[in-house]
This record gives sequence, C-alpha cells and structure tokens, in this order.
Amino acid sequence: MNKQEFTITVYTENHIGLLVRIATMFSRRKINIESLNTSPSEEEGIHRFTIVINEFEEVVRKLARQIEKQVEVLKAYYNTNDEIVWQELALYKVSTDEIAEKVQVERLLREHGARAVVIRKDYTVFETSGHREETDKLVAVLAPYGLIEFVRSARVAIIKASPGFHEKLREFEEAMPGEEQVENEFLNKQDSVFTM
Amino acid sequence: METLEVKKETVAKQTQTISGSQAVLEAFVAEGVDTIFGYPGGAIMPIYDALYDYHDKLKHILVRHEQGGIHAGQGYARASGRVGVVFGTSGPGATNLVTGLADAMIDSTPLVCITGQVFAHLLGTDAFQEIDVINITTPVTKWNYQVTDATEIPAVLAKAFYIARTGRPGPVLIDITKNAQLQQFEYEGYTACTHIRSYRPKPIVRKEFVAEAAELINKAEKPFVIFGQGIILGKAEKEFKAFIEKAGLPAAWTIMGLSALETDHPLNVGMLGMHGNYGPNVLTNDCDVLIAIGMRFDDRVTGRLDKYAKQAKVIHLDIDPSEIDKNVKATVGVWGDCKETLPLLTKLVEEKKHTAWVNKFKDYMAEEVKEVIYDELNPTSEILTMGEVIRNLNELTEGNAIVVTDVGQHQMVACRYAKFNKSKSNITSGGLGTMGFGLPAAIGAKFGAPDRQVITIIGDGGFQMTLQELGTIMQNEVDVKILILNNQFLGMVRQWQQLFMDKRYSFVDIASPDYVTLAKAYRIEGQSVSKREDLHNALSTMLNHKGSYLLEVMVGKENNVFPMVPQGCSVSEIRLK
Repeated sequence: MNKQEFTITVYTENHIGLLVRIATMFSRRKINIESLNTSPSEEEGIHRFTIVINEFEEVVRKLARQIEKQVEVLKAYYNTNDEIVWQELALYKVSTDEIAEKVQVERLLREHGARAVVIRKDYTVFETSGHREETDKLVAVLAPYGLIEFVRSARVAIIKASPGFHEKLREFEEAMPGEEQVENEFLNKQDSVFTM
Repeated sequence: METLEVKKETVAKQTQTISGSQAVLEAFVAEGVDTIFGYPGGAIMPIYDALYDYHDKLKHILVRHEQGGIHAGQGYARASGRVGVVFGTSGPGATNLVTGLADAMIDSTPLVCITGQVFAHLLGTDAFQEIDVINITTPVTKWNYQVTDATEIPAVLAKAFYIARTGRPGPVLIDITKNAQLQQFEYEGYTACTHIRSYRPKPIVRKEFVAEAAELINKAEKPFVIFGQGIILGKAEKEFKAFIEKAGLPAAWTIMGLSALETDHPLNVGMLGMHGNYGPNVLTNDCDVLIAIGMRFDDRVTGRLDKYAKQAKVIHLDIDPSEIDKNVKATVGVWGDCKETLPLLTKLVEEKKHTAWVNKFKDYMAEEVKEVIYDELNPTSEILTMGEVIRNLNELTEGNAIVVTDVGQHQMVACRYAKFNKSKSNITSGGLGTMGFGLPAAIGAKFGAPDRQVITIIGDGGFQMTLQELGTIMQNEVDVKILILNNQFLGMVRQWQQLFMDKRYSFVDIASPDYVTLAKAYRIEGQSVSKREDLHNALSTMLNHKGSYLLEVMVGKENNVFPMVPQGCSVSEIRLK
C-alpha cells in the first residue's frame, strides 16, 4: 500500500488550544499537513476540523484514534478521496488593463467556472472553487498575464456516507449511555476504523 | 415550578463571596485531597496566601525543586491510587514541571498540577516569569486549561480531577492567572464532574468480543498472559488473579505491572522485556494465544516487532482504544476497564491447568537461575553485586515494603529480584526512564502510604540529579530509606558501551560525594558499606531506624545486567551473558 491522500474530519469542542493539541499529533510524527480548515459544523457549538495529509492508511488509522483520544475531541473520521465530496476556493488578482486587453474574459470565466469578485480600474479579482487541479489550471492560464496575487483555501469536505453528527452528539451527551449506543464500533470493522 | 424555586433559594443561601484562590482549595477539600507538593513563587502567591488558612485541612509539602514536587506527586498517586496534587509558580516553576508531566503522561499517573500565571492583561507581553505553559505542556498532559476568570475555577477543577483519574489516567495542568486567583466571586459550591460529552472514559464492554476472546483461550494449548499497570490502575488485582487461576494461565509482567500479582504466585512466571526473564521472553514466540492486559507493547517489552509473537493469536484488553492495534495487531481487541472485562472473561473460560506449559516456564527459569541468577544473588567473588543487596533486602522486608526505584541498572536489578506481596508496591519511572525520579517519588509514596515501609533504591547517577530533596526529607521528617547502589559509573550506559561500542567508555565515569556526610548535613543518619559481612546488618539497621536513613552500598563497578534482549533483536534472541 502506498501513501495516499486522506481527509481527516474531526468533530471537537470549540476551545482555545485545541488546534495546537491536534496539530502536535501530526508534527510529533513528522507528518506534513497539506491543508487544514476549521469551521463550525452542522451542530451548534461543535467545531469541525478538516485536515488533509498524505500518508499510509495504517498511520492515518492510528493517528485518528489518537486524535479522538484527546479529551475535547468528540470524533475523528478519515476518508479517501473517493469517499468525500470536496472543494477548495481560490482567489486570483490580476491587472485589469492586462486582462481586458489580452484575454478573452468571457471565455475564461466560462471555461473555468470563475467569477469576478471585484473589478476595479487597477485590478480584478477572480474566484473559482473546485479540486486542486482545477484551480491550478486557472493559475496557469493567468500566469502569462501577470498574476499579482494568488491564494487557495484549505479543503472543505463532506463525507458522502455520513448521516451527520446529530445522532452521535445526542449519544455523547447522554450521561448514562443506553444499551443501543454503539460505543466501540471500531471493533466491528477493524480494518475500516473511524469511517462512517 | 415550585421545586425549582426552592432550589434557587437554597443556592442563593449557600452563595458566598470567595476568591479564586479559595475556590481552588475548596475544590481540593471536596475532592478529598490531603497532601499538596509544591513550591511558591510570585504568580502563585495568592493561592499560597489562601493556603495559610487551610493548614488544618490540606498538608503542603515544600519541596526543593518543582521537578521534585511533581515526582513526589507521582509517588503519592502510585502508592495511594489517588490523584497527586502539585503546585508551581509561572515561568521556571512551570517549565520545571515538564519532565514530571511527561513521565506521568507516559506512565498514566493521575495528577492535577496548578501553576500560577501572570495577570491576564500581561499574557503575551514577555512579562516577568511569563511563559506559554499551555502550549509547552500540551503534548505532555492529558488535558490542560488556562483560567483567566475565577468563576470558571470550580467547574474547571472538577473537570481536572475527573479527567486525571478516569479512563486511562494522566496528568492535568491548570494554569491560573494571578488576577483570577485574586478575583472575588459568588461561589455556589463545588459539584464534582461526572460527564464530559467529548470524553468517554468508560466504554460499554462488548460481550461478543469477550466471548471471542474466551473461545480463543479455551482452545489454546499454550496460552500466555502478559500484564501491565492497567491491572493496578483498574484496581483489578483480585479479578486478574481469579482469571489466571481459573484458566491456569502463566502470567508475566511489564515493569509497570510489577506487584499487581504477588511474586510468589505459582502462575507468576516473571518479567518481560529487555532485561526480563528468560522464559517469558523466549516463550512469547512459542505461545499460541497471547493475552495482553492493560499493557501497551512498549519497544522495551517487544524487542523487534516484526519478529514478535508472530505465531500467536493476540487478545488485547485495554481501556485506551488507541493502544489496540498500535504496535501489535490484535486478533481480538477488548476495549474496556479490566475491572469489568476480566470477570466477564473469567466466567466464560474453562477451568484448566496447562501444567506442561507452565512447567516450560519453570524449566527456563531453572536455566536462568543456573546461568545468571544464582551467581548474581550469591556471588563468590569479593565484590558485592546489586542482586545480593536486593536478596538481603527481601529477606528483611519479606516483600512487604514499597520499593521506589530510579532509572538504570539498579532499576532493572531491583525489578527483577525484589519480592512483592502487595499491589502498588513498585514505583518506578517506566516509560520515560527519568533519572532523578526515585528520591522525590519515594517522598510522595510515603505520604501516599504512611503506614508502609518505603525504600528507594537509587544509583549514584540518578541520586545526584535530585538529591536536593534531602532537604524536603529533613524538614518534613519523611521516613524514607535511601539505598544507593554505587557502582561509580553511569552503569547502564557503560554496559551498552561495553557490549556494543567496544568498551569506549565515553563520559560514564561519574564521581560521587561522600553520601554519608552529605546525609549528615541534612541531619539524616547513614552509613556506607562495601563488605559482604556488613551488608545484612547495615540493611537491617536501615530498616529498623526510626526516620529516614541513607545506606550506600559499594557494588561491582563493571557488573552487567543479564539476561538482555539487545536492541533490534527479537525477544527469543535474549542473551544470558
């Protein structure tokens, strides 16, 4: 098995210091974080980390368990790219003169699904969202015309098979968990731990 | 509605205005804390000021260094089974705690450490003695939290104690800014924490996995139990014994599991790992079912992992799900508190003896005795061995003392040969291997178990790392017996240099002060012996002495600890010499 891209989704409390606690799980193992996003989740008061790394599945599985072990982490899932729907947002700033003169703006916008966010005399900001290869393509197209600034956001991802976090959260909130609660579901499917 | 109003009223009546510092101490009283190990400083002064009025409820032991304080807290926790409590000030006070936090983290010791912090408005300004203690201690704490508002204190401390002692225990650090310590607020009493939604210390045991495990055990012809500190932390010594006795399972321990099963138990087959016993190591690679309980397959236990118990089906019982499959893939993982899982398993296993299999361990032991142990315990040369010191000690304590060790050769020898009748009697720095742990941990152990004899066995290297705690022993008249095994070397490193680095003894030759005179300076009685005929009497004098005592025993300079699984080798490649 080779290293491949994994997206780790972590549901957490929204507490100061948790970012470091989670980040050290990766840095301790000398694993580079390709992308990290923190945002609210579908549940009020619950934070959602989306972390992308390139690793062996074995490593990711252990890592996810150790992340989940942190007191303020509710749940950690990890998924391959097949199992998620994901997007990254990119912004491109170019000179308006250059772009108006030399590029067929309309074609550009159509072909790359880009949108103009700001058009000023001196510069224009385009926006696209998509997978990395898609946002990269527009960089290549715009580069010859002098790309003044470029920025891409972290990946945000939806897990295709996830029923959402609502039920899980209710379980966790029960002080005395009921019989139906499947606490150690990871033992059911040891090879696909932490996937939904 | 009516009841609600009544409740409100009572709460209102109970409300009183107190300071954040008082709230900290009220939390301690409510949690049943009796001893605090600490060292004051600028940023924690308001708490110490409040402590002045709590001297009848809370005993504070002034240590000589924060590292000593936290190791004492660890010793207290390990000897008593309760949460150790430690105070330190901001900046250097907090950084001095880091080694102890790391030690407690890796050895799963429940601690609540309180550090003072500069005023909240000074955070991040490089104020005097300001350090980002939360970020420094994040990787070495189970949980940490910075309090900047006193109203948070009761709930945060309740959480701290709950997290420290439940599930897989560990150290918690609470950093409290000075303004929060001073702040007066409406205190509504202390409510212990019993649930945190993002934290599930006690999993529901899945009976089907217990059943699978039992089936494997029942079918096994050569089942082998290896156990760790989980038995002690889970207070499951009785359950464990019932389990191995019913199924007739030979059981070997990691050094953290030592004393969970009495030394003389017929199914206790000895120690695992690098300097463990011959049989348990070799037969790990011969058993058909390996039952790991409350242990984490540390590399010092497993040796080379790709040659570790490959033939065996592995059952792993642990309270920490991230340990299952971490190092050794489990055939059946049973996630749960062994206090719960073991009785379930005992019910399902068949009564068996496995006599021939257990005898195999005895055969290996006989060989080890012949090749290694007999000479170590009964040497014929003039030079004293560490092993014979421990043998003499066993004869005197009969296995009833708490033995606190430091780190190195003496630690391995003490763990190999010391006799134990009772759980929570072996206190050592296992995972982190912290030299300097022994002396302060022994102080803590004495406060944690005041009725028991506490003996700390320390090397000449480790003793010189934290010997300032002799001051703590002197001032508080702590009755600990200090046994220094002096081989005039950093022995374990020297052993490796001898065996693997062509005897290039690079900076392992360590000089010692006159320990007896040093002890005298601290008003601690002591003596030094180097002759066999004096040894037994000297040990007896030490044990019978009222109060603390220091005994230095001069042992062989270049003795090695054997057997040994060299690094990078399989457990079955263990060397007897």
